[in-house]
Amino acid sequence: MNSIASTWAVVVKDVRSELRTRYALNALLMFVITSVATILFALREDELNPEILSGMFWVVIFFTAMSGLSRIFVSEEERGTTLTLQLVASPSVVYFGKLIFNCGLTLLLSSAVTVLYVVVFPAFVIKSALIFGLTVFLGSLGFASAATIIAAVIAKANTKGTLYPVLSFPILIPLLMTVMKSTARALDGELFTAALGEFQILVSYLLVMTAGSYLLFDYVWKE
Amino acid sequence: MKAVKYLAIILVTFVIIAGIAIPMVLQPQSLLEFPIIPGLEDKARNIFFHVPVAWTSVLGFLVALFYGFKYLRTKNLDYDIKSVSSAGLGMMFCLLATMTGSIWAKFNWGSFWNWDPRETSIFILLLIYGAYFALRSALGSDEVRARLSAVYAILAGLTAPFFIFIMPRIVGGLHPGAKGDASGSTPVAQLHMPPNMRIVFFAGLIGFSLFFIWLLNVRIRAARVEHQLSIKDH
Repeated sequence: MNSIASTWAVVVKDVRSELRTRYALNALLMFVITSVATILFALREDELNPEILSGMFWVVIFFTAMSGLSRIFVSEEERGTTLTLQLVASPSVVYFGKLIFNCGLTLLLSSAVTVLYVVVFPAFVIKSALIFGLTVFLGSLGFASAATIIAAVIAKANTKGTLYPVLSFPILIPLLMTVMKSTARALDGELFTAALGEFQILVSYLLVMTAGSYLLFDYVWKE
Repeated sequence: MKAVKYLAIILVTFVIIAGIAIPMVLQPQSLLEFPIIPGLEDKARNIFFHVPVAWTSVLGFLVALFYGFKYLRTKNLDYDIKSVSSAGLGMMFCLLATMTGSIWAKFNWGSFWNWDPRETSIFILLLIYGAYFALRSALGSDEVRARLSAVYAILAGLTAPFFIFIMPRIVGGLHPGAKGDASGSTPVAQLHMPPNMRIVFFAGLIGFSLFFIWLLNVRIRAARVEHQLSIKDH
């Protein structure tokens, strides 16, 4: 089997086992609803300006992702299937398979949050759809890329749940600051060229993180 | 290592005495007078301590990163001992840099914390150090702990260019060299110092770096002994 086919096999395996229990999907969806509801309770009648809303948008995505994305490696560890996977597939195949699965999950998550925000916050009007779409797309991929390698690191630790956001946050800050700024631009309806600088940062973050994780994954994965 | 120790003691003592005792006058005539910088006055003396300490906190991280990298290449646990000793020292210097900077910011910019890009960067460096030690304490065996914490240090190091080169340009700041600074925004601020201040400043940089090397040496030796003892116990 060539490596593309085996990477795809890892993705299919993870999608299948996810659909069997729907653990991550249900947990993420409920987390999104609870956190948005908490924000709504805190606000009551107040109208937020777009600047704050674009920040809150990514706060919800950050914490939701931190509650669910680590499953990808933690579940292997819990089911005791890590060794089997180590035997049947090479590390890079496993890494890219897990990365693709997490990218899909993060994209699904951020689109769910987008829909929810547009519905419940009257001030959340996407004036520049192109900037917003590209920000959410590149932001989600960068997010998944950093989250996947950290998930692999914490899968061996004792306190997985609490450690995950602690380890991820410093690494995700450059990304978070950029996507918040760029989302605020999209809500302000700025021209596409104004956000070009942010897109350059997002693309370089995505490339640096993915290349670095790919090189380091061997050391994380192999005993 | 003896030479490093005595040189560090001499240089740091020189910086403490010269940095605090040399008077600041309007028209400096001799080598033993500093000029008064409007707006900073005597508070400018902090630069002899704050900048070297901040530099050493970054140095500590770089050394930890370097030895972490060497550990991954060789799987020799001694490199992990070096790496974690350096990270511990770096964290101490990082706390010192945050405190000296925060006090300086209060008296010059009006509040202890302003989220200026460099303040944000040092805060993130603190978070990275914190996360590094949290990760280490959550991992069981020596080998796994060494391997994964080295990987995490390298991952954290990968994000450093975003803080050093990119963020100061997109977020306006208060430190010299930030976006909107009249003398240009560069990753490393240009020095506008008279020669005698420059001597004290660089003596501070070198002195604190040597001080770091000496402390690192002591810590590594202590950690090796501790490691040997823990092996004997089992």
